[in-house]
Amino acid sequence: MGLAEVSTETGAGRAEIAARTLRTDRWWRLPLIQAVLLTVLLGYVVVRLFLRRDYFVAEYNYLTPLYSPCISTSCTPGSAHFGTIFGDLPVWIPLPIIVFPILLGFRGTCYYYRKAVYRSILQSPTACAVREPAARYSGESRFPFNLMNFHRYFFYLASLLLLINTYDAVLAFFPPGGFGFGLGSLILVANVVLLWGYTLSCHACRHIVGGKLKHFSRHPLRYAMWNRISGLNALHMQFAWASLVSVTLTDVYIMAVAAGWIADLRIVG
Amino acid sequence: MTDVAKHMKSETVEQHEYDVVVIGAGGAGLRAAIEARLQGKRTAIISKSLFGKAHTVMAEGGCAAAMGNANPNDSWQVHYRDTMRGGKFLNNWRMAELHAKEAAERVWELETYGALFDRTKDGKISQRNFGGHTYPRLAHVGDRTGLEIIRTLQQKIVSLQQEDFRATGDYESYLRVFQECTITELFTTGSGPGAPEEQRRVAGCFGYFRDDGRFVRFDAPAIVLATGGVGKSYQVTSNSWEYTGDGHALALRAGATLINMEFLQFHPTGMVWPPSVKGILVTESVRGDGGVLRNSDGKRFMFDYIPDVFREQYATSEDEADRWYTDADNNRRPPELLPRDEVARAINSEVKAGRGSPHGGVFLDIASRKSPEEIQKRLPSMYHQFKELADVDITKEPMEVGPTCHYVMGGIEVDPDNGMSVVPGLFAAGECSGGMHGSNRLGGNSLSDLLVFGRRCGLGAAQYVDGLRARPAVAVDDVDAAVDRAMLPFSSATDGGENPFVVHLELQKTMHELVGIIRKADEMEMALKKLADIATRTRTVSVEGHREFNPGWHLALDLRNMLLVSLCVARAAVERQESRGGHTRDDFPAMDADWRHLLLVCSALGEDDVELVRREQVPMRADLFDLFELDELKKYYTGDELGEHRAGSSGQGNGA
Amino acid sequence: MSSHWHHFRVWRGDADGGELVDYPVEVNEGEVVLDIIHRLQQTEAQDLAVRWNCKAGKCGSCSAEINGRPRLMCMTRMSTFADDEVVTVTPLRTFPVIRDLVTDVGFNYVKAREVPSFEPPPGLAPGEYRMQQVDVERSQEFRKCIECYLCQNTCHVVRDHEENKPAFAGPRYLMRVAELEMHPLDVADRRSDVQDDLGLGYCNITKCCTEVCPEHIKITDNALIPMKERVVDRRFDPLVWLGDKIFRRTGS
Repeated sequence: MGLAEVSTETGAGRAEIAARTLRTDRWWRLPLIQAVLLTVLLGYVVVRLFLRRDYFVAEYNYLTPLYSPCISTSCTPGSAHFGTIFGDLPVWIPLPIIVFPILLGFRGTCYYYRKAVYRSILQSPTACAVREPAARYSGESRFPFNLMNFHRYFFYLASLLLLINTYDAVLAFFPPGGFGFGLGSLILVANVVLLWGYTLSCHACRHIVGGKLKHFSRHPLRYAMWNRISGLNALHMQFAWASLVSVTLTDVYIMAVAAGWIADLRIVG
Repeated sequence: MTDVAKHMKSETVEQHEYDVVVIGAGGAGLRAAIEARLQGKRTAIISKSLFGKAHTVMAEGGCAAAMGNANPNDSWQVHYRDTMRGGKFLNNWRMAELHAKEAAERVWELETYGALFDRTKDGKISQRNFGGHTYPRLAHVGDRTGLEIIRTLQQKIVSLQQEDFRATGDYESYLRVFQECTITELFTTGSGPGAPEEQRRVAGCFGYFRDDGRFVRFDAPAIVLATGGVGKSYQVTSNSWEYTGDGHALALRAGATLINMEFLQFHPTGMVWPPSVKGILVTESVRGDGGVLRNSDGKRFMFDYIPDVFREQYATSEDEADRWYTDADNNRRPPELLPRDEVARAINSEVKAGRGSPHGGVFLDIASRKSPEEIQKRLPSMYHQFKELADVDITKEPMEVGPTCHYVMGGIEVDPDNGMSVVPGLFAAGECSGGMHGSNRLGGNSLSDLLVFGRRCGLGAAQYVDGLRARPAVAVDDVDAAVDRAMLPFSSATDGGENPFVVHLELQKTMHELVGIIRKADEMEMALKKLADIATRTRTVSVEGHREFNPGWHLALDLRNMLLVSLCVARAAVERQESRGGHTRDDFPAMDADWRHLLLVCSALGEDDVELVRREQVPMRADLFDLFELDELKKYYTGDELGEHRAGSSGQGNGA
Repeated sequence: MSSHWHHFRVWRGDADGGELVDYPVEVNEGEVVLDIIHRLQQTEAQDLAVRWNCKAGKCGSCSAEINGRPRLMCMTRMSTFADDEVVTVTPLRTFPVIRDLVTDVGFNYVKAREVPSFEPPPGLAPGEYRMQQVDVERSQEFRKCIECYLCQNTCHVVRDHEENKPAFAGPRYLMRVAELEMHPLDVADRRSDVQDDLGLGYCNITKCCTEVCPEHIKITDNALIPMKERVVDRRFDPLVWLGDKIFRRTGS
């Protein structure tokens, strides 16, 4: 047929197939698991934010990443490594009032989490070739989802936070009594490594480092970096989940030590 | 079906008028259309499948052009010599000359359209080695060069349409693609009985849209045929369903002539299993990288098939052959790397002797010769092809391969410079034209052929249209006759005609078994008898149902093209009593210089008979002839012909 | 050669309606779904409409949905199904059906025209083009595309929302923009076109296009996300925005 006769008008004569999908596999399984995991982990974090206790082990210099940096005079003594910018905060404002929005913003606008959330929470679509329930769709072309385009700025901010987390992990080897470390220190290090993996493998990072270039050949160093980051980027999903779980577990561990439920397993000192 | 017959009303025929109509949307067709449009002609492109799906996408190796990027010694003269040698000096030398001279420009032009070939270190187009080419010469993109060329031309057409849109508000004002449209008839003036031959000119063409079966006619003073090859007349082929010889047959029925139809290239290694991919190519590089051929006894049988003329260059023991891969200077080549026709013939013999593989081929073994890592690195596409299509891991098991019908050297006889056939206004480019490749085509010369002669045809058609005083008119009677012929398979049903699929299988079997790789006079005579029978059956095949995307109906109409072309192949093959390039006679195994200068020319006698005449080849121009050394020419030319050579007349050579 | 009987269900019909028709059909070892469809054509469904060409996964003609998943029929081996598994073959859902398994994919050709074409640098003659291999490789990945339109078909933006068709070009053509933007010698800037006219914003990177690509092109990671980031460079970067306002910059 001639190409001129092609129409893109609505409703034009598709094959009448009523079924939402003809897929025979368990396509609903993965989104379901993701939805449960995301809800549980996010729920835990929100509860923790308002808890305002057991986030710092002064004895070993363990500060949970969820509260770092703690910058209010309400912070447990010793936990404010970077001084106090705010005075006392009322109880209904979580102490990590700066940290949490950045973390949520970074993960919420992350290209991987977007996929996971769109699929598992917003059902848009639940799985490939499965009809989505919404009648209308404009994706990220309009408010609020066009805000996803600010991922890059959250990346910058989250990288700053991660520097602080790294500093925290180092501090965990220098408790008030001098050099020494325990299981908590190692957990903090492992967590920071995974967070770096997640942050550096980010698509925005890949773009800034070299992806935006038109001629790799004129920027050999950036090309080499881009290649490395592209390798990490292929694992971005794995880093996203691993670091999310590791942040949670790190927090659980520090809370347990701070609350005195368990004793930190000391290795040196 | 009688229902359909009853519902047949007087058919409405959609009508379009163009300056140039290009039939075929592969590399040659698209390049021709681009040129015609650049010359300011209103141009239609007719594509049997979807736009961009042409068989050109299957070309893997590359596009030969003497750019000299990999080796600065390369030049058009070297390319020309290679091409003539490859074709065993039966080529139309003027076409080979134009091709060698213009291929580089055509490739560079593609870059201005946006093509991205693989690069050399200094940023030029990378060129790879290939059989028969003296220097690395094939511009390529990994192993998907054909796809790159199709896509580039397709995108150039889109960009021209965008230009036209800006100028006229209509994307299709100058260049329009009619896709899934099959042309069944060409219209000429002066075609009626008693009309003088010299009044014959192209006036238009007729066809149907595959999706809804509606009929269409194009009134145009110039038509470029670029319909590709004829492989679907054979049982095992690397060609797609489109390759039913439409252009060849349309040209014949319009009064044009075909040459060299006896020359078909059989590639020695096609897949033989699973059935869905039977015939798909297994690249020559597998053997180049160390792959060996074995029969069911596990024997490397190629050592038994080294012809005397090649004794000097090929190893006689496995040890020596294996040493060649690492030390080519001090050892002779493995016999697996003999010319394509030799290898194809050897495989054929092994299978016939009962030493074939389970699915009727032989084993191509690389697994026992190279490490899995090496195989995956050097042959990624073959690894993938077998893994995904055959579920065979070539790093662990041998492949099963056998000869497959790959390319037709023969085609429409054209003027080398502008591509016009003997019918004024009818042009042909690419595989459906004849002469350029002589008796055998070199790998890589096909893609460059498409570009060089596609452009020349587009230009030739535009100039021809400019030179016309009046447009030839399509005769109403011709249109009615075309409608009737197209509807014939539906009305034949009442007379109990056959299923076209059955007749097609019979045709393929006949050609495969009797006019295949190795040919014998008695077998071909039998083939001609069978073809005469198939001709009768083809006229009366019948189909059921409607005209919307009805594969039976499409095949019924394609069948007569395949038949006509097969008749030409068989007639020419019987006639030529020698073996040369893509024509191997069991009863005349040697090449014969007395046959080199003879072309076999086919023309149609009605819808299902052909006439064959011999014609003298035009002698090569002196300056081109002198590009060769006398010693080489002696192998191909008769003593009389050699008198024209610089060395022949003076008695000694005067330069390299 | 071993063979068995398999239960096939094929959608038969046209724009006015249709249904799944059951066919028992013989399947031989090594066959793919397209072979079975062809067997049906040669036996009990002579007028079954199907589009195909190369049978080797290189032309992208035989796209359909097999058990609900968009696939190339020539690349779907029968051995991937259990012997007693019903195999359902339906036409691409996103495009208007012509007949049986053949759809009108004209949408894609219309969209192809909306992408501003390659723009070479002015004054560069044929033969003078110089590009480095590392610079062409990214675009070369996208040029592997065989235009099977499986990504266009599976993308929910148009699959589930016919009304989005005018505004959204689909993964294949957004990838085409990326290919041109990454072409080392192209001088045009398509970032506004891709956002405003081709609907890049509609993409919510759920990656179905990548999952379905028979050429294994990383459409989302290597084309769509980098394009989104390039749009961010131009549209959502306050510094760039400010620069544009002050200097009335048009390209970059």
